[in-house]
Amino acid sequence: MTTKSFQEHFDKQIENEVSIEPRDWMPDDYRKTLIRQISQHAHSEIVGMLPEGNWITRAPSLRRKCVLLAKVQDEGGHGLYLYSAAETLGISRDEMIEQLHSGKAKYSSIFNYPTITWADMGAIGWLVDGAAIMNQVPLCRTSYGPYARAMVRVCKEESFHQRQGYEIMMTLANGTEVQKKMAQDALNRWWWPSIMMFGPSDADSPHTVQSMKWRIKRFSNDELRQKFIDVTVEQAKLIGLTVPDPDLKWNEATGHYDFGKINWDEFWNVVKGNGPCNKERLQARQKAWNDGAWVRDAAVAHAQKRKFKETPKSKSEAA
Amino acid sequence: MKNIFHRYGDYGDREAAGGENTHHDTSNEWPLWEVFIRSKAGLDHKHAGSLHAADANMAIENARDVYTRRMEGVSIWVVESKYVHASDPADAEMLYEPANDKIYRHPTFYNLPDELKHM
Ligand SMILES: [Fe+2]
Ligand SMILES: [Fe+2]
Repeated sequence: MTTKSFQEHFDKQIENEVSIEPRDWMPDDYRKTLIRQISQHAHSEIVGMLPEGNWITRAPSLRRKCVLLAKVQDEGGHGLYLYSAAETLGISRDEMIEQLHSGKAKYSSIFNYPTITWADMGAIGWLVDGAAIMNQVPLCRTSYGPYARAMVRVCKEESFHQRQGYEIMMTLANGTEVQKKMAQDALNRWWWPSIMMFGPSDADSPHTVQSMKWRIKRFSNDELRQKFIDVTVEQAKLIGLTVPDPDLKWNEATGHYDFGKINWDEFWNVVKGNGPCNKERLQARQKAWNDGAWVRDAAVAHAQKRKFKETPKSKSEAA
Repeated sequence: MKNIFHRYGDYGDREAAGGENTHHDTSNEWPLWEVFIRSKAGLDHKHAGSLHAADANMAIENARDVYTRRMEGVSIWVVESKYVHASDPADAEMLYEPANDKIYRHPTFYNLPDELKHM
């Protein structure tokens, strides 16, 4: 087949909603886009463990501690599923980690905000995982098979993350004046960064059109953001919290909430590395990697020793 | 964990089976291969069964003939059975029991109001 007929075959697969699998021919840009998106997604899961990890030892009860620990553990697993999916595209795990540590690769900016009270655990589960789920559900049908299958597993596990967060917020909102205030304060700080998680507006998102053509993405950033706002505002009302947006108003004609202007300068500033915790997060990852070097080396040395010991035995087995 | 390196997947190892043929020369026998079939693009490869073949090419050809005669698949993986490492059934309690009391990993654990939508 010529490149042209390869391309035609690929286009037809996309057109007919047939998944692209690792051994199929695919355009270079499709591969590159996926590597960028999937590895960025994987990094977000791993870095995302840090803000919540901050509260595991200080959770207010054993129940909350078990739940938070289980959630953070899940996020580590999500990182693994995603790194593995990216590896099927021909990039190695170490290469991706190196890109994260050098600052070349990005991760979701939301994790560059600090977690200063226990209510932040509620806000993250409810809003950050909520926004992630909104984004991830359509990715279960993304055109690249290994990515789609990883997303199916992730979404299944995510289902308790948002609920445990909402439960924390609900409990605080029904608590003392101080607790209610704490919940409202967390919502105030996490609301805008959460709705920025969907990425820049469609007009400023040059990759969106191509990604939608390739059926990597199914909905645009703005569509997903609107969907998230519509459902989340109702959830806030239910527990008596106020979304910190004076321009928020139900629009009878569109059937959606109108909302205020997003501060994109803040968004780009955090993306560029100037958020409150960018340095701290990256340092924590680098430290974990460097401090773990002896463990990785020891495991390899141990495996080699074992292999060496086993060799004469497996010879006698074969005889 | 006494023997996590138990080999041959679901097949017991020959010595442990203690058959009469322990001294039978197996060096000319074709090795055993495990066959995994992807039934359609987008789905995982799933274990379908096993077969003997002299090498990987032959294993794929034979798998094609044995396991995809009725359009069961669009892709085949073969792995020589001796490279499949399996957990020991005797370790099952130790490995899987700890998950039993962690029901908080399931969404139904959380008591939320009925009026709550989209969660
Ligand atoms: Fe996750
Ligand atoms: Fe999550």
